[in-house]
Amino acid sequence: MMIPACRLADLPRGEALRLDIDPPVSVFHTDDGEVFAIDDTCTHQDASLADGWLEGCEVECPLHASKFDLRTGAVDSPPAKLPVRTHEVVIEDGMIHVRVSTDAPNLPPCVAARLAGGPA
Amino acid sequence: MRTVAVVGASLAGLSAARSLRKQGYDGRLVVIGDEAHRPYDRPPLSKEFLAGDLGESDLALETDGEDLRAEWLLGVRATGLDRTRRAVRLADGREIQADGLVIATGAAARRLPGSEGLAGVHVLRTLDDARALRDELARGGRLVVIGGGFVGAEVASTAHALGLEATVVEAAPTPLAAPLGQAMGSIVSALHLDHGVRLLCGVGVKGLSGERKVEAVLLEDGRSIPADIVVVGVGASPCVDWLEGSGVTLDNGVKCGADGRTSLAGVVAVGDCASWYDPRAGHHRRVEHWTGAQERPAAAVATLLAGGAVEPGVPRPPYFWSDQYGVKIQFAGHAAGADSVTVEEGAPDDRNVLAVYRRAGHPVAVLGMNQPRLFTRWRKQLAAAS
Repeated sequence: MMIPACRLADLPRGEALRLDIDPPVSVFHTDDGEVFAIDDTCTHQDASLADGWLEGCEVECPLHASKFDLRTGAVDSPPAKLPVRTHEVVIEDGMIHVRVSTDAPNLPPCVAARLAGGPA
Repeated sequence: MRTVAVVGASLAGLSAARSLRKQGYDGRLVVIGDEAHRPYDRPPLSKEFLAGDLGESDLALETDGEDLRAEWLLGVRATGLDRTRRAVRLADGREIQADGLVIATGAAARRLPGSEGLAGVHVLRTLDDARALRDELARGGRLVVIGGGFVGAEVASTAHALGLEATVVEAAPTPLAAPLGQAMGSIVSALHLDHGVRLLCGVGVKGLSGERKVEAVLLEDGRSIPADIVVVGVGASPCVDWLEGSGVTLDNGVKCGADGRTSLAGVVAVGDCASWYDPRAGHHRRVEHWTGAQERPAAAVATLLAGGAVEPGVPRPPYFWSDQYGVKIQFAGHAAGADSVTVEEGAPDDRNVLAVYRRAGHPVAVLGMNQPRLFTRWRKQLAAAS
């Protein structure tokens, strides 16, 4: 699934954009000008990584300081233990598109239960 | 350096062990912990673990398959440090000789004098503490929390959600005034009252009544608060007794430079037991925050591996979080230095606030209640400004 996100010119460096799909995906424009897309929800607890602290190719969860590598999705710092999914970014004619991964997402327990239709 | 011993196997100790390997240390690595458990995460102990929403395996800090090539000596306490032989003495008589030493022995919960041996009285610091309290809360009853700090407030919040009747007793006129200042301390602690948890401020605790099991908390003004369960949340003291006479300078914990170095060469200290020099504040501070235990070991380990020949970087302003009654509370910086606090977003009455503390017009701290996005922006600004 290929989703148009926004125009590259509309996403300043150092900023992130959250796509409200299910589960949500975030697009990050690093200070170095690279663009990455990862799952928006921290794998530790329900928090939006688009609200987090972006530094280099790493984003820190806004709540509990877990860090993820935008290039690989790997956890660089606890308390999260599982990586976030990464998604392919395609930029065409100045437009950012995200090709959503078909891998299973690593969602925190409360969010996974909610998406499965269980109690939040 | 052929052997490094890390004394303390919680977050700071684990972070130090990880930093050692990440920074290329390839020698023998010994991690000593007085608890029997592998490194685990403490913040959920007063929240999700206490509520029964997380189990013990969820608390593990190591990831699956992580191998630091360390020797783990768990369930054994360090009792002394012999500087001449460069050896850590253990309670079971063993001795670990090491060229490099990372002190990460943390802090222990303060107890109420005279409460020893009285059933129903708890502190909350370790996994074993949390197991005992969780089992007791599950049986229900009237809870009295002594101390309106963050741990006490989180316990009251969790117990309230479990359906217990809770009372919080705080000796100071305003809870949380030390970390947050008067105005914001009263706004955050008002969360108790919003949820029908009784908050008694400005009154000290004289003692506890009960024969074998606690029956009431006796206040200095003569009141007696009936209690089936009492949680004492009155802070923690650094675990540094074992270093007495070792040559490591102690002053409210292990006295350290801005890079974790101690008064002994080849010895650094991290986490809750360490009082690092804070270049921003201009004095030594012992910071009992998760993020400090997570971030500072990298700097301390760099110091250790370089033989002290690295320039200390300026750490990010201290950051901590708390979750109470479903409200996410975040704080960064130092409130003590502020001469003004202004609410930049939200409204105190809605318990939805982004407040900035300033000194002479410059931001020195920021508080968020349910404002993670704005909070992060201000936190970054705070780090850049200083």
